[in-house]
Amino acid sequence: MHKLVEIVAGITSGSTTATAVVEEHLARIKAREGEIHAFNLVTAEQARKDAAKIDEDVKAGKVVGALAGVPIALKDNMCTRGVETTCSSKILQGWKPPYDATVVTKLRNAGAVIVGKTNLDEFAMGSSTENSAFGPTKNPLDISRVPGGSSGGSAAAVSAGFVAASLGSDTGGSIRQPAALCGVVGVKPTYGTVSRYGLVAFASSLDQVGPFTSDVRDAATLLEVISGHDPMDSTSIPQPAASLVSVLDQGVKGMRIGRVTDLPEGCEPDVLERLEAAFDAMRNAGATIVDVKLPSLQYCLTAYYLIAPAEASSNLARYDGVRYGNRVDSADLNAMYAATRESGFGEEVKRRIMLGTYALSAGYFDAYYGKALKVRRLISDDFARAYQDVDVILTPTSPSTAFKFGSKTDNPLAMYLCDVFTIPTNLAGHPAMSVPFGVGSDSMPIGIQVLATTMGEQTMFKVAAELERAS
Amino acid sequence: MSDNTTLPNGWQLVVGLEVHVELATKTKMFSASTNRFGDEPNTNIDPVTLGLPGALPVLNKHAVELAMRIGLALNCKVQPCTFHRKNYFYPDLPKAYQITQYDHPLNVDGFLMLPGDVRIGIERAHLEEDTGKSTHFGGSSGRIHGSDYSLLDYNRAGVPLVEIVSRPDIRTSEQARQYVAELRAILLAVGASDAKMEEGSMRCDVNVSVHKAGTPFGTRCEIKNVNSIRSVGRAIDYEARRQVDLIESGGTVRQETRHWDDATGRTETLRTKEDADDYRYFLEPDLVPLVPEQSWIDQVRAELPVLPARRRNALAELCGVDKDGESAFVVVERGQDEYVVEVINCGGDPRRSVIYVQQAFAEQGPKPKVPARDLAALTILERDAKVTSTQAKTLLTDLIEAGGGDVVAMAAKRGFEALDTGALEAMVDAAIAAEPGAWQKYCAGEEKALGALVGAIMKSSKGKADGKAVTAILQSKRKK
Amino acid sequence: MSESISKETVVKVSRLARLSLTPEQAEKMTSQLAGMLEHFRDIDALDLSDVEPMTQPYPLKNVMREDVEAESLDRQEVLDQAPAAESGRFRVPPTIGFDV
Repeated sequence: MHKLVEIVAGITSGSTTATAVVEEHLARIKAREGEIHAFNLVTAEQARKDAAKIDEDVKAGKVVGALAGVPIALKDNMCTRGVETTCSSKILQGWKPPYDATVVTKLRNAGAVIVGKTNLDEFAMGSSTENSAFGPTKNPLDISRVPGGSSGGSAAAVSAGFVAASLGSDTGGSIRQPAALCGVVGVKPTYGTVSRYGLVAFASSLDQVGPFTSDVRDAATLLEVISGHDPMDSTSIPQPAASLVSVLDQGVKGMRIGRVTDLPEGCEPDVLERLEAAFDAMRNAGATIVDVKLPSLQYCLTAYYLIAPAEASSNLARYDGVRYGNRVDSADLNAMYAATRESGFGEEVKRRIMLGTYALSAGYFDAYYGKALKVRRLISDDFARAYQDVDVILTPTSPSTAFKFGSKTDNPLAMYLCDVFTIPTNLAGHPAMSVPFGVGSDSMPIGIQVLATTMGEQTMFKVAAELERAS
Repeated sequence: MSDNTTLPNGWQLVVGLEVHVELATKTKMFSASTNRFGDEPNTNIDPVTLGLPGALPVLNKHAVELAMRIGLALNCKVQPCTFHRKNYFYPDLPKAYQITQYDHPLNVDGFLMLPGDVRIGIERAHLEEDTGKSTHFGGSSGRIHGSDYSLLDYNRAGVPLVEIVSRPDIRTSEQARQYVAELRAILLAVGASDAKMEEGSMRCDVNVSVHKAGTPFGTRCEIKNVNSIRSVGRAIDYEARRQVDLIESGGTVRQETRHWDDATGRTETLRTKEDADDYRYFLEPDLVPLVPEQSWIDQVRAELPVLPARRRNALAELCGVDKDGESAFVVVERGQDEYVVEVINCGGDPRRSVIYVQQAFAEQGPKPKVPARDLAALTILERDAKVTSTQAKTLLTDLIEAGGGDVVAMAAKRGFEALDTGALEAMVDAAIAAEPGAWQKYCAGEEKALGALVGAIMKSSKGKADGKAVTAILQSKRKK
Repeated sequence: MSESISKETVVKVSRLARLSLTPEQAEKMTSQLAGMLEHFRDIDALDLSDVEPMTQPYPLKNVMREDVEAESLDRQEVLDQAPAAESGRFRVPPTIGFDV
């Protein structure tokens, strides 16, 4: 049993137990985790205890939560009290936060059984998990290939059946791209929908937590649980979680689906073929395909790779070896800072800190960061115009299927291009999700990305559900 | 002393002040961690205070309100504003950035009036967060330089601050002292801060430059660690002289930050402009704009108390004392001006009422225990010369100790009744006769000898004689 | 927009970011950053003079909390995670040079 909703139904109806479910998943982890490396940490004992508690509650006739007994994994950049949270970085290795992230509290309150913390590109900076300080995660569908990133561990964990669902974070595509590459569903909600409190910040104005699941219904169920206003996050939208499961069967009849005519180049033919098939499926289901132009899309990469590193350079300055995490001892404070950060951060993280510090520094601010913020506005305006004519937009999630390890590690820019379709959504703050829609000639999955406007999750999920039915 | 007349050769002083004030909130600027001075180290901490990964700031509404009170009391415009990150590394700064206000502060363009109708412009009064506290150990000095290690306490980290930046309108060190004193009085009056300079809840950075009239301002130095109103004056005087001496001996003033050493009475270089950090200010993405509604601003304005300057003016006029003088300042600062009015309403002598309260009610707070009518009765006894001023002082002490009472009965109990001038003269003559040596010395101009004579008279009158009257008689007799 | 980034600038930026780079690392970083900045020149062609910068994806304002205290974290739990602690406080090496 893989599906979240089936697990909850089985446990609450008594046809199975949370303990049986968690053991089944732990067994799968035991069998394949050695080759996959989806996890930084598996909290098997705690998971067994939590499952036993759910079983007691069910037996006692108590009301259990919407995720009762569901084995879930967390990207290892979400704070879990007393449980190591590393961001796959040496600088935080061994750190046990004294508090839980809001999403973690929500999961616990809903009865989820947290099974472990998943691997990622260090501080969520990357598209392959090759930037993890603890070694990469392998794509469960072909272990010679990357799972995508940065939430590669969370995507792989669902794809391999280690958990029924997982949470990732998405700053420029870090949920959607690995979802596409691992053949699972991944959702980046509207910025402000899911609390960021306790999510270790990469780029604060772009980061958003979202679910990985094996189908659209599970994603809707999980997103309903983790969404909603959090007074601990000033950027949290003061509205209750949207009802998503209820709209899944409403179809797309009469909907206007956007096709971007000036999509950036560089997409593999297989991927474009599947995109056309997706439009056909939508047309067959009664939707109209409408051409839209997003002329600023070509500048997204530049805007993103100035804004995100700038924010990151500030967010990651706190790793200074003083209050938590690791320190390289030195006789002098400034030497300690430099030695700690030099040995604690990996290459990509350092590169982005350098780029961001430069973009914010005196004399360069206006030319780089200041300009990037204006380009961000252009992109947002482009989308606003497009959404006057369409309800959603479909694009590929990733320009290619899962690539081989090492194929892009020498060229940072080539790696950055993996995010070309996912980044615009983060800049605009909109929701988007990736739905598996067939495979390429290499038999690896291809994801179609459904984009919607701010708070457009219901519409987005209707289309995603339709795509899933057609796949 | 301390005005520009002490600067030689036509040099003039230009001073601007940056005053940091900790706000009197229950919790911190951006989190629910307790804001309290003097607790055990690191016992008022939470994820936000420590800058833990994943922690996010949420603005304290009461801190905003207190900042608005300050702004409105300083005649500022309260405006829509934003928060920025000021990025720099220091162990007392947990996130390695301070959240502060940059190009859009909450309060702008105000002013503060000093005695003599001197108007000091207020450029801005903005919100920010305090840092933690480092203590340096080892080495010889206890200063950061040469220490072996430092220990950090983050209780103060994230405490709400308002930074009040004056325009460079201050021209004398006396004005600078008055400015700080007046600002402190306002902060206390509006309840925004306890403004204790000795505990660091009010801290001054002083910008000093010198120039000659008609020429542009000189290069300024910023002086830190100025921890009392007295030090403000001393530091400015020292720094102004240093700059003038430097220029006159052919040197140039470098823009730099200097440290005031209260013990040596000198300033010394802390860091120069060249090694100043590049703070990489950018809009804090974890916070949203603050746009105070007009109705909120109006409400805060309406709830502001009458400010100290107006209260001093009213008190001074009522009591016939100088509005810029010590008694009006002290009594208003202690919040005892309403009490003085009450005393006067009970028939008290206005001038004596305010002076009694100034001199004897330092420990009494805004609502002294002594009933206003009792104090009023005492001022009348003295005014009408029923008791001498010395006796009145004794009775005032009795009154405070007893927490009130019938002063006429108290005077009778002590056997106080003022002696008339005739009786006094007789006593003076008797004393001169009894102490001829002292009298001779006194007549020869030895003022110390007066003490023996007055002492003899006080003894013979059993303390009933008025010391001032006795002295006056002795002086007039000597002239003859 | 600016000329290509120099190695001196890279070294200065690395100091600002408290990252110590060896000469070889600085060399490599300079060429990588120069490559990226070259790519980022695409936005130089845009006329952005009338464009408002976008800093927040969702336009919220006046998000505030009441001034109500919550319990402190446990000091020991926090200090247990510190690289060095002493007498209830975090310990750091001294600062050499005036850099207060």
